[in-house]
Amino acid sequence: MDWRDDGLVMGARRHGETSVILELMTRGHGRHLGLVRGGRSRRLRPVLQPGNLVAAQWRARLEDHLGALTVEPLAARAAHLLDRAVALNGVASLCALLRLLPERDPHEDLFEMADAIAARLGDIRDFEIAATMMARFELALLGALGFGLDLNACALTGAQDDLAYVSPKSGRAVSRAAGAPWRDRLLPYPDFLQHESIAAARGDLIAAFRLTGYFLTRDVLNPRGVTLPAARDLYIDALARAA
Amino acid sequence: MAEKVAGPEIEKLVQLLAKLPGLGPRSARRAVLHLIRKREELLAPLADAMRIAEERIVVCSVCGNIDTSDPCTICRDARRDASILVVVETVADLWALERAGLLNARYHVLGGVLSPLDGVGPDDLAIASLVARVRAEETREVVLAVNATVDGQTTAHYVADVLSPSGVKVTRLAHGVPVGGELDYLDEGTLAAALERRTVF
Repeated sequence: MDWRDDGLVMGARRHGETSVILELMTRGHGRHLGLVRGGRSRRLRPVLQPGNLVAAQWRARLEDHLGALTVEPLAARAAHLLDRAVALNGVASLCALLRLLPERDPHEDLFEMADAIAARLGDIRDFEIAATMMARFELALLGALGFGLDLNACALTGAQDDLAYVSPKSGRAVSRAAGAPWRDRLLPYPDFLQHESIAAARGDLIAAFRLTGYFLTRDVLNPRGVTLPAARDLYIDALARAA
Repeated sequence: MAEKVAGPEIEKLVQLLAKLPGLGPRSARRAVLHLIRKREELLAPLADAMRIAEERIVVCSVCGNIDTSDPCTICRDARRDASILVVVETVADLWALERAGLLNARYHVLGGVLSPLDGVGPDDLAIASLVARVRAEETREVVLAVNATVDGQTTAHYVADVLSPSGVKVTRLAHGVPVGGELDYLDEGTLAAALERRTVF
């Protein structure tokens, strides 16, 4: 068995003296692990840093084996991340959230989003664009995990315009007018999540992360007995401080 | 199946040595044969040295270094500059810096780096004791000598954040072209870091 694919490096764990078990988010093969022989060498260590994009080849005798990966760098981004805590926490949060996906379950859209975020995180000028993409990624992740929110129409009136809230109970959108009496108990639904053309204000970004964080915790993390990654909190803190 | 060629004591020695880094069963067997051949000059002194080390080795309660006394030799050395504290990931890093002999400072061993993949969080590292040391001692500068990896630098930023209320100066090691490094063989990341931090010639 073998395949070739692009992969976003999520992390590498030591295996023996010279090898690592590499975790990749690949375009067509989902979250995939494999043994990289010589992964702790001077040549490969910089390549196997989280956030880098690699061309990977996976080989195994049987499909359900761990298999061996060989990698070539396509985009070395880690060096651009090292200077800023927000970028490092962003990539750590991104990788931790990708880890919620089942192994070898392809999600090309999530790969594309994660790769685009990792590419933007290293550039201080793209700070807000990366955060916008990250919020959209978390929403898409909920959908991929089977807990997508129903955000197309108001749960009370069926209206498709002026959706301003999300019900924390049903995960459905609520229009501004219909939700007004319960607005303290509803989660804000920022405009930029509804329309790609709208730029996100910092306050809206924090609200979006509150929205996705709520449903990720309730539907995905609590049943597994885990919490949101600490890096995500640090990333959002940095966003809030910059607001 | 191959028969064992030596008694259980020797086999056990081979098995134990084979667990050391850089040694496999074959090289461990060669090392054991060498030790046996040099029984008086090597095997007996090595056994004594290992027994004594096993009895006396302690982790320094101040910095986390490994030594035979607590506080360790470095922490007890009054000639060291107490105003500079070098933070390292592991004892191996501390020993590497000491071998270079570049800094006459004191050290603090974190005991690893933050790693979500391995489940290592701030509470698993000696960060609280670092903050306490910075507060209690006359530290003016903390040098974050951690690896230039994503996990290492995430840890560095976290430590710098935790130390910021103390007002101590926090510095870190430079990133760039290593001595003897050829540009042709460097990864793009190192080249980018070197270019971004270029200095006036």
